Amino acid sequence: MCLAIPGKIVSSELQNGIRVGRVQFGGITRETCLDFVPEASIGDYVIVHVGFAISLVDREEAERSYEALEAMGLLNGELESELEESQAEQ
Amino acid sequence: MKYLDEYRDEKIARGIVAELGRRATRPWVLMEICGGQTHTLMRYGIDEMLPAGIELVHGPGCPVCVTSLETIDKAIEIASRPDVTLISYGDMLRVPGSRTDLFHVKAQGGDVRVVYSPTEALKFARAHPARKVVFFAIGFETTAPANAMAVWQAKREGLGNFSMLASHVLVPPAIRALLGSRRNRVQGFIGPGHVCTVMGYREYEELIREFRVPIVVGGFEPLDLLEAILMLVKQLEEGRAEVENQYVRAASYEGNLLAQKVLREVFEVCDRKWRGIGGIRESGLNLREEYSAFDADRIFGTEGVAADEPAECISAEVLQGLKKPMDCSAFGTRCTPENPLGAPMVSSEGACAAYYRYRRHALTAKANR
Ligand code: SF4
Repeated sequence: MCLAIPGKIVSSELQNGIRVGRVQFGGITRETCLDFVPEASIGDYVIVHVGFAISLVDREEAERSYEALEAMGLLNGELESELEESQAEQ
Repeated sequence: MKYLDEYRDEKIARGIVAELGRRATRPWVLMEICGGQTHTLMRYGIDEMLPAGIELVHGPGCPVCVTSLETIDKAIEIASRPDVTLISYGDMLRVPGSRTDLFHVKAQGGDVRVVYSPTEALKFARAHPARKVVFFAIGFETTAPANAMAVWQAKREGLGNFSMLASHVLVPPAIRALLGSRRNRVQGFIGPGHVCTVMGYREYEELIREFRVPIVVGGFEPLDLLEAILMLVKQLEEGRAEVENQYVRAASYEGNLLAQKVLREVFEVCDRKWRGIGGIRESGLNLREEYSAFDADRIFGTEGVAADEPAECISAEVLQGLKKPMDCSAFGTRCTPENPLGAPMVSSEGACAAYYRYRRHALTAKANR
């Protein structure tokens, strides 16, 4: 139950003085309280837990860390194939 | 889906594992605190991919699992009253109390309902003014602001038929209790990413000063966890003990200040008993005096309920990373997700349930040997 997952804000309105939006997770959409993330707007990705957005997903950080991970994976892939070639040569 | 699928790339995962193999020169014992992380580690078999010698033990970070037997018994007592509707998160229904569980109370006609969000409990209370609506509020710091918001709204609206049985627990005091134990084996922690999204990771600096143990705040996807493990191993191999943040895309040093504000407005820190572990000082959150009119424990006079835990369940050792679920004699036989003896077998974030679901093959292999 402690799961929190990223979803995309597709709408936002005020209900009883509280900011509520619809957030899309893959195929499903859920009503979500946006009061803790005033900086988030429609189209942004937020991390949602028990119906409350607890954080905006920082796009740059998400992409930066993914690229860093990717670079590491590719680099290691190259090292491995070099190793295989040199073994094959022997 | 965006910002989810990317973090499941197998090629990158293998790259990180290879890097880990180059870095690790000796065995290390690491603990992930959060049950959500335990679930990912088991589901993707990350524990089995790691170089030999890097051992993962699983922490007490499943709120369903650590909610005390007393609290479950209180919920059962309250839910058995004809004028009450008890509303909870789904997993709580099957957690065994001393004599029965909420699911049986419901089967016998008790009005027990499951929601995804505390907001739904509020809505139900508004729509049914004749019912006494009790929200069974469990969770770590991640969940506390949402639950706090429900009480804050109820007070603002003067919603007299809504109350809360609060059983919140806090992560840093639990880490302190683990590290302070003579039996501790853990040398580095994967910090709970979503708890830190709310609270920030400032609080963990004190633990590092006190115990000189590295903590890396980690996310919940396979690559997040592998990267956090690599960051921990690098620190350990270099003799460093710092708090580092792997989950930069959501967690920050300060955390979510608005969520913290609501949390502090409604809750205050209290001593709390953890199922399987026992009492930990200043490790919980209870409603403040100003909100006592919403405190179900007072309203229904259940403060005195006490309970002893069954002996066969070794969840105490499992939750402290001292034993694996397979070491329990009841695992997979007398204790299964259908008929749980202990709470860690109930929730999909509980270590026993995660092992049952994803590691049963290892158990069969052991039996066939
Ligand atoms: S397998 Fe069941 S009885 Fe054994 S420790 Fe886990 S929850 Fe307790």
